[in-house]
Amino acid sequence: MINKKVNNVQEALEGVKDGMTFMLGGFGLCGIPENAIAELVKIGVKNVTCISNNAGVDDFGLGLLLQNRQIKKMISSYVGENDEFERQMLSGELEVELTPQGTLAEKCRAAQAGFPAFYTPAGYGTEVAEGKETREFDGKMYVLEPAFKADFAFVKAWKGDAAGNLIFKGTSRNFNPNMCGAATITVAEVEELVPVGELDPNQIHIPGIFVQRIFQGEKYEKRIEQRTVRQRS
Amino acid sequence: MLDKNGIAKRIAKEVKNGYYVNLGIGIPTLVANFVRDDIEVEFQSENGVLGMGPFPFEGEEDADIINAGKQTITTMPGASFFDSAMSFSMIRGKHVHLTILGAMEVAENGDIANWKIPGKMVKGMGGAMDLVASADNIIVAMMHTNKAGESKLLKRCSLPLTGVGCVTKIVTNLAVLEIKDNKFYLLERAPGVSVEEIQAATEGTLIVEGEIPEMDI
Repeated sequence: MINKKVNNVQEALEGVKDGMTFMLGGFGLCGIPENAIAELVKIGVKNVTCISNNAGVDDFGLGLLLQNRQIKKMISSYVGENDEFERQMLSGELEVELTPQGTLAEKCRAAQAGFPAFYTPAGYGTEVAEGKETREFDGKMYVLEPAFKADFAFVKAWKGDAAGNLIFKGTSRNFNPNMCGAATITVAEVEELVPVGELDPNQIHIPGIFVQRIFQGEKYEKRIEQRTVRQRS
Repeated sequence: MLDKNGIAKRIAKEVKNGYYVNLGIGIPTLVANFVRDDIEVEFQSENGVLGMGPFPFEGEEDADIINAGKQTITTMPGASFFDSAMSFSMIRGKHVHLTILGAMEVAENGDIANWKIPGKMVKGMGGAMDLVASADNIIVAMMHTNKAGESKLLKRCSLPLTGVGCVTKIVTNLAVLEIKDNKFYLLERAPGVSVEEIQAATEGTLIVEGEIPEMDI
């Protein structure tokens, strides 16, 4: 067993510097690396590029880094829930690259899997495809999209072990597995770090080879963005 | 004229036994409430769940189980969770049979715009560009006109496009239409709505062939 366990979030984020590119897992506020984000706010790294499907809300998730003006550029598919984001974008303080959600996921996966680029039909004929190579396959048009390059990937899983193996829960899986191994260093935070040998190898979603550092998050707020319920009849 | 639930009810008739269906945010979400219960259908949400169920009972919400609208949901027996790349493999790979989504504008050539109003609204496209570029069977659910009373069924879209030449069917508060050969074909009228009213609310080329039946909903 190759040990990936670090003692805390400070150790996990060692080497994080101004100007770096980060990948952050999560869809909305579901499955975001809460502890890594809190530490990034604390360290105060500036001019960073964040690859994340969303930008959090004003006072949680990546919204905290935006409040602090730490983000130079966001690469996301949907940013509708954040007023500060919109303000910074419209005023030109923040650079934004909107990318179709499936393309965003695949640009992570391509980086993980060692593909330099791939063709997708998404965005063909729209402003997303401007300046990009296009090509016809079997009568349909596709856009060439390059893999992402990132310095750190911050992901969040449900359970993990010191070998770096990860298991996700529910829809908090989302982009997290696709970002593992897609950056130079992948930092996984888990709700529960269990002893090596306890996770059933048949049930592991991400093998430890894709993870460089793992730690158990101190606490998880797991804020719900849209609480919708039905009445008992 | 139909309200939002009426549009959803009419679209639900397009959902067939054995279909995997992706529902967009807004009116499309309501479609799930009207699908016949004697057929087998599974709803896919692109954030990573197949076999989506209704909202949870109060007190049973789970922050780790949401839909693409970030709403708390439940799952049906036989449901599965997966990552985002796999989710879009289902979509791009045409394993999802039917995509129902909203739009700001649709053009007679099948173009659709629903993600950006320059200078006003920049929320992003989410999964819409992947969905419209990949699916063979797309139904647009929307109001026939915008809040200013202007037609949303146009000769050409004026807003930034989400996809080109991809829409085949549209269900609005006034009508059911099909796009063929760069024209809107009127298939059905909403209850109490005349062909003339539909014509007046449609900027694009509208083809009316024979007697147009009223929707059966």
